[in-house]
Amino acid sequence: MAMQKHPEKIIFEYSRPGRGAFGQWPTERDTPNEIAADIPENLRRKKPAMLPEVSELEVVRHFTKLSQLNFSIDTHFYPLGSCTMKYNPKACNAFAMLPGFLGRHPLAPDSLGQGFLSCMFELQEMLKEVTGMQGVALSPMAGAHGEFAGVAMIRAYHRARGDLARNEIIVPIAAHGTNPATATMCGCVVKEIPVNDEGDVDVEALKAAVGPNTAGIMLTNPSTCGVFERRIKEVAKIVHDAGGLLYYDGANLNAILGKVRPGDMGFDVIHMNLHKTFSTPHGGGGPGAGAVGVSSRLLPFMPIPVVGKEGDKYRWLTEKDLPQSIGRLSAFMGNAGVLLRAYIYMRMLGREGMHRVGEYATLNANYLMAQLAKAGFDPAYPTRRASHEFIITAKKQKNDLGVSAMDIAKRLLDYGFHAPTTYFPLLVPECLLIEPTETESKEALDGFIDAMVSILKEAETQADLVKTAPHTMTVRRLDDVRAARQLDLTWKPAA
Amino acid sequence: MPFNPHTPKDVSDMLAAIGAKKIEDLFDEIPKELRIESLAGIPDALNEMHTGKLMMARAAQDGTPLNFIGAGAYEHHIPSAVWAVTTRGEFYSAYTPYQAEASQGTLQLIYEYQTMISSLTGMEVSNASLYDGGSAVAEASLMAIRAHRKSKSQRILVPTTVHPNYRKVAVATATGQGVRFDEVPCPKGFLSVGDLKKFEGEDVTAIVIQQPNFFGVLEDVDAITDWAHANSIMVIGSVNPTSLAILKPPGEWGTKGADIACGDCQPLGVPLSSGGPYAGFLTTKMENVRQMPGRIVGRTVDANGHQGFALTLQAREQHIRRGKATSNICTNQGLLVTAATIYLSLLGPEGLARVANESHARTNELVASLTRIKGVKLAFDRARFHEAVLLLDRPVAPVIAELARRGIVGGFDLSNDYPELGNALLVCATETRTSDDIQKYADALGETLKAAVRAA
Repeated sequence: MAMQKHPEKIIFEYSRPGRGAFGQWPTERDTPNEIAADIPENLRRKKPAMLPEVSELEVVRHFTKLSQLNFSIDTHFYPLGSCTMKYNPKACNAFAMLPGFLGRHPLAPDSLGQGFLSCMFELQEMLKEVTGMQGVALSPMAGAHGEFAGVAMIRAYHRARGDLARNEIIVPIAAHGTNPATATMCGCVVKEIPVNDEGDVDVEALKAAVGPNTAGIMLTNPSTCGVFERRIKEVAKIVHDAGGLLYYDGANLNAILGKVRPGDMGFDVIHMNLHKTFSTPHGGGGPGAGAVGVSSRLLPFMPIPVVGKEGDKYRWLTEKDLPQSIGRLSAFMGNAGVLLRAYIYMRMLGREGMHRVGEYATLNANYLMAQLAKAGFDPAYPTRRASHEFIITAKKQKNDLGVSAMDIAKRLLDYGFHAPTTYFPLLVPECLLIEPTETESKEALDGFIDAMVSILKEAETQADLVKTAPHTMTVRRLDDVRAARQLDLTWKPAA
Repeated sequence: MPFNPHTPKDVSDMLAAIGAKKIEDLFDEIPKELRIESLAGIPDALNEMHTGKLMMARAAQDGTPLNFIGAGAYEHHIPSAVWAVTTRGEFYSAYTPYQAEASQGTLQLIYEYQTMISSLTGMEVSNASLYDGGSAVAEASLMAIRAHRKSKSQRILVPTTVHPNYRKVAVATATGQGVRFDEVPCPKGFLSVGDLKKFEGEDVTAIVIQQPNFFGVLEDVDAITDWAHANSIMVIGSVNPTSLAILKPPGEWGTKGADIACGDCQPLGVPLSSGGPYAGFLTTKMENVRQMPGRIVGRTVDANGHQGFALTLQAREQHIRRGKATSNICTNQGLLVTAATIYLSLLGPEGLARVANESHARTNELVASLTRIKGVKLAFDRARFHEAVLLLDRPVAPVIAELARRGIVGGFDLSNDYPELGNALLVCATETRTSDDIQKYADALGETLKAAVRAA
């Protein structure tokens, strides 16, 4: 699909008084504004909202053109580390949008939702199986929302035992920003611990950090350094012996799907990014789904609602069934449509397919790392296996050639590849976190390697070309400082 | 049915390049005793054809009953163009627009959305979305606590006319940080300034006002807003975006306007879909912009001085500020914002007003029709918008169950959340309910109530 190369006007610039997509309007009454005569004058709107007045074709063309300004999985290799940008099967969308699913009101009686509820119940069961947890709740609506549910459950657990002093959450410095932000939202104090030169948690620092105030630790495994935490059992023992619980950030679950399970590693609570591992779309920033799984000791605290099964009937379990629940995190039941897509994906993958996810995601990452290393790039952890992702550090290129990780990332766009994650995790200088996923072919990976080799050559011979990239997008590099200093957050008509 | 494309030759070539013998070797850093051999509980794979049959059967099981519930999720007409464009792969399968140059489409769309939703709510700035209307009330409450520098109490007044589930979400989300939500009982079905007098002189951070309220009743937003501001209390308006085509926007409530407006974009082109995905919105005045949670898009220029869009004010967010961020939110509800923006563009100011007016007229028709039945009367006979509470002469649950057997979703039973109201049923009709639909409901309800009398 060709990229739209010309900038697109703001929709309001197409607006003309009296124009509209008339076929979409209710036309039952000629003078619709008189109908609401029973609404008191002082509660009515006086001046219409500024919405565009445009035809249906103008709307379709405008937003189609906007879509063409995006890179996406459907159009580009998108090796964004820690984001698992794998193919989103079309069937998942098509079947989740069947009328019986789309039209169901969230508060309709359970008797009119048995088909939907059966899918949700089976999804809970499958997620328990792949993670080794004892219970699953589906309502958190994104990874960070699942993290919130998890830490809130850890707090509720300690509180229920009268263990009120435990308010410290330990987080490795390489963790996602959502981990410390979540701990704060749950009223906890964040204690950061270092990571050693090989990307593992510094176990001595952990031993020094735990104590009677430890509520728990939040870990991603494989970690954000792109490597498996080898001493995970020891970490679990240290935290459990100190009276704390272990939280598993499921952002990198794709790496180990079908190979090893967080429940078996000793984790007490986990969240799963269904929009990563289970292939629901990222949608340009959501909707995600951050289902949580718990060990038996946290079962009573799960967020409501949860789907229960009695005989052959399914029903929502609420606060009446789970009186110790941390409560309700969504107005209804979370991102039901996203959960359906994950269910469909899991049914299509099946048992065998599930095993292959972790295997081929890992094969692709290790191949890419090996080839880039041969081409002159520096892996951050050269002695380690890559998990489903790995880090290249452009420290050498930055020092020798003045070309930064961001420059390489931007130049990749000119080659038709989405950039890897840049400058995360922060502990690796000039960091490029690369995650190819299992759905990319060897040819796609080779194309990316060729582009990286070519960019390295450019950096040596014509560094400015790389430093001023991208050159072929509709816009050049954007002025972020101006965006923050001269705030322009809404369009205003010319005076 | 794996979706990976590797041929056996690819695998052997790749392993050779890595210097490994088999894929298994790539997992040699994982302690052996932790490894699993099978996932016995996962069923066999289905190809797309069989998956389709399964899903069609499950969807058909739930049928397409005639719906008369609103209660925070409204069945409006959705133009075909909305999801035809929204599900284009370039929107559907893109990530959060961190790489601005490769995400101008999503970024510009969010900027247009921010413009529309700010104008609709009568505010100056909007974020790029929150999870849903419930989480929006929770985040608005936390935001008010950050923005109100003089108030130390972290105390939020929440009338019982606010959606009961929104109240529960706010409690579950914010109490960990010491926020206290004080419920204000509203036995008359609306909040009056008289109910609030007892809080005068106390340190209260903010009050949440839902308009129209959970019962569909219109609150006296001007008087409540002015009372709150006179008592140094910030005002959070939780509003239905469709209603704002004809109702006074929060930014114009009282003398100074509400401080924060929030709600759910669901009525704007988003299907009911069992409760999600929807999208929360949050707008405010410019003076509070740095206290907002979530992503915000700004218009700027590129290296050539041409217009472009980027995420901005990121120093508020978790990926920069970590433990000191305004919220932990990262992924939000981007695709639903896409749908809502396309919907608002198609409807325009007049189309949306027509939807609001027609929905309101249909609810009036529904109420008139149902209250003609013996044993049904209207609660709270006050000005309302497109939703109403009916009182039955007997418990609601069996009536709803019987209506469900007749293919009608008859309303939301209020007896769990509001036992003090008695046999109360919350009903709603939108522009999608015809006079025939309403007649069908009235006939079914009439027969149900009559049959029950006979049975008794």
